[in-house]
Amino acid sequence: MITGDQPSMKSPLNRAWFWVPVALFVGFAVLAGFMLTQPKDQFVKSQMVGQPLPEFALRPATPDRPGVTIEHFRDGKPKLLNVWASWCLPCIAEAPHLEELQESGAEIIGIAIRDRPEDVTNFLNRYGNPYTRIGADDMSAIQLELGSSGVPETFVIDGEGRIVHQHIGDIRADDVPMLLAKLQEAR
Amino acid sequence: MIAEIGHAALWLAAALAVLQMASGALALRQSGEGGNFAVYARPAAVVQAFLAIIAFASLLYSFAITDLSVKLVATNSHSMKPFIYKLTGTWGNHEGSMLLWVAVLAASGGLLAFAERRLPERTMSATLAVQGFVAIGFYVFLLLSSNPFERLPVPAVEGIGLNPLLQDIGLAVHPPTLYVGYVGLSVAFSLAMGALITRQVNPNFAKVMRPWVLGAWVFLTLGITAGSYWAYYELGWGGWWFWDPVENASLMPWLAATALLHSVSVLAARDALRTWTIMLGVVAFSMSMLGTFLVRSGVLTSVHAFAVDPERGTLLLALLGLYIGGSLVIFAMRASSIAEGTRFTATSREGALVFNNVMLSAILAIVLLGTLYPLLTEAFDVRVSVGPPYYNPAGAIFAIPMFMVMAVGPLLRWKDDSPARIQPQLAILGSIALLIIALVVVLGDYPLLPILGLALAGALGVAALLPLKGRKLSRVPVATWGMVLAHFGVAVSLFGMASEGAFSQERLAAVAPGGVEQLGDWQIELTSVDPVSGPNWTAIEAQIAVSRAGAEPTILSPQARNFWAPAQATSESALLTTWDGQLYAVIGDAAGVGPDGQQRWQLRVWWKPFVTFIWYGGLLIALGGVVSIAGRVRVDLKQRKAARIRGERREDEAALAGEARGEPSGGPLPQPAE
Repeated sequence: MITGDQPSMKSPLNRAWFWVPVALFVGFAVLAGFMLTQPKDQFVKSQMVGQPLPEFALRPATPDRPGVTIEHFRDGKPKLLNVWASWCLPCIAEAPHLEELQESGAEIIGIAIRDRPEDVTNFLNRYGNPYTRIGADDMSAIQLELGSSGVPETFVIDGEGRIVHQHIGDIRADDVPMLLAKLQEAR
Repeated sequence: MIAEIGHAALWLAAALAVLQMASGALALRQSGEGGNFAVYARPAAVVQAFLAIIAFASLLYSFAITDLSVKLVATNSHSMKPFIYKLTGTWGNHEGSMLLWVAVLAASGGLLAFAERRLPERTMSATLAVQGFVAIGFYVFLLLSSNPFERLPVPAVEGIGLNPLLQDIGLAVHPPTLYVGYVGLSVAFSLAMGALITRQVNPNFAKVMRPWVLGAWVFLTLGITAGSYWAYYELGWGGWWFWDPVENASLMPWLAATALLHSVSVLAARDALRTWTIMLGVVAFSMSMLGTFLVRSGVLTSVHAFAVDPERGTLLLALLGLYIGGSLVIFAMRASSIAEGTRFTATSREGALVFNNVMLSAILAIVLLGTLYPLLTEAFDVRVSVGPPYYNPAGAIFAIPMFMVMAVGPLLRWKDDSPARIQPQLAILGSIALLIIALVVVLGDYPLLPILGLALAGALGVAALLPLKGRKLSRVPVATWGMVLAHFGVAVSLFGMASEGAFSQERLAAVAPGGVEQLGDWQIELTSVDPVSGPNWTAIEAQIAVSRAGAEPTILSPQARNFWAPAQATSESALLTTWDGQLYAVIGDAAGVGPDGQQRWQLRVWWKPFVTFIWYGGLLIALGGVVSIAGRVRVDLKQRKAARIRGERREDEAALAGEARGEPSGGPLPQPAE
């Protein structure tokens, strides 16, 4: 006769077996806890960082601002290139920080992705307009050539039209000094 | 306003969970059955269930009307989205799915409190206290770190869509189904803890636990089946199981629940496997919570990309530590005090069940190890991906003996049996398996595992029906029919898997419109490729005429879709289902211009013989579970009715005796305590 799952209960060795699951679980918890503290790079970094901008010429996305061509990035002054859209919620969140960057002297050129002129104008009236120029990228063509996988993204471009830095996601308050520093470095 | 009502309902539900836990726990400290505090536990659980459902309904409403002042709606929905996907968007995101999780938890707790009257009140109090304790943690998680009702300071102009992969009717059903299964196991967990704490691990407790396990298990089975089919046609990769962490997160509770289901039946029928049942009850729900943690914390990378938030992950891990860690410690401390159950020999039905429970647990361990292994190596900065080359052979080592014992087990008698008694049946099953192996090996050169799978499926399919042999079918208990159906379903599903693995054919070619390809006895002609558009996407759609052996061609129209808001490309496969399999077609990117100057397209086609049997089998398994529940509930209701009639008769007799002594009947009776 065997007892199936009921090994003789009173022996201390068998009692110790019941603690094995606890030990395994503690091991898992320690590992998972450690891994949660590790920064995780889930974003797709552009292969274009360090490369010159692709050739492009975009029509104006709104009557208020002129369009953009590659030449505008080759005037010797570093600039920010902000890829955004009026339908993009994080873009609303980053709008005040873009204003802040502009007030600190950064020149910001925008590219509006898959947008309509009236929506762009509404957005700018509502959340502010820190841009000197805004180009319209109706099919995400330039966005893809930049190696950007979503909106918003912000690129730091040096005076010769080379991509120096890519910021993925909305610009938060604590990103502002970092972006200003990158602009300084790009001089 | 509606969102605020939902938010308030959630807070009230959380408060009631505290009351439920406190009253249940205080009742335990009082001597005797129940006590004053116990009366609050049941109503608290029931009202809490209503409040949690109101909260979920509020969120559903916000999504239905696309209330863009609610942050969750603005970030996950879009006014242009088809209405049905607005609704499914409710649980297609972190906060909404956690709210659904909590609502199902509260609902199952409420149902338990409302309907279950067979357990001793002390055990019931402990069970409800545990259920309340679990609920509190998840309310805290939801309210503090994942509030689904958060408003935006300024309403958004437009929502930012939903992952287009998730815009599919498969998503409308499979996650909620899985959640009901996941969370239904919380009741099994609470009952196991309640029985362990009050030392009531006995057949009576097992009978109460069994329908809950069965119910959760049916939903898990359906959810996994639907999820597998969803991934199969929606991802466009031609596979039906990818050993992705999120899939594994649903498979692990199912494995544990399957083992628990069998163990609890043995405890109910034979008063054996007491420790096993408690252990599996703890493990099954632990796997549900672990799965939720792995999916929701983003600690593992998966094709099912979910938002990553370390704060949420940490909070979930703390809850896991509290519930899994706590219950395992209580188990370790109390397990040795569980009295030994009835004894049995190795060659008995119990023996076979114990063997298969060990096999199921081993497979569970393999899946768990494979799922967590990348986490372990990433701690040392090595990125690995664990896939079929590990899972398939490692799982098969335990699955093959399991299927063999599964074929034989139901033929054995309880307690003690001799293999000699069932020798004729064993000979039949063995020769079926060998015959299939011989046949397949003669047919062609196929991989080992699918061949074994085909042989086992054949033997198991016959074995599953053998318990009906020599019995009058109308007198077979309903629960036995359930077992027969479920076991036969396993055979059907295994046949589908093995057939897909052995006989699938694939063709990948660059084809210009007008081009013809041959796949097996199928003729495939790409007639045209045109742009089409839908409410929130544009696509190129191929028209493919497929025909077999000169029959009338059928037109398949696979698409390569581009969604906007958010921009994402997906592949819409086109399927042709016949009785003996499926033709699966996917159109890919433009593949340049051919020598004749025509634009060519990447066309990928699979012929998968009997692949549909995988999901038919899954449905049969679930149906077996439903039949089993129906059988148990019917028996239970009969017994209750019999008990009531006995009680009434006794009362009548007492009243008659009273009248005979000249006492007035219907005087003030002491009210029975809840």
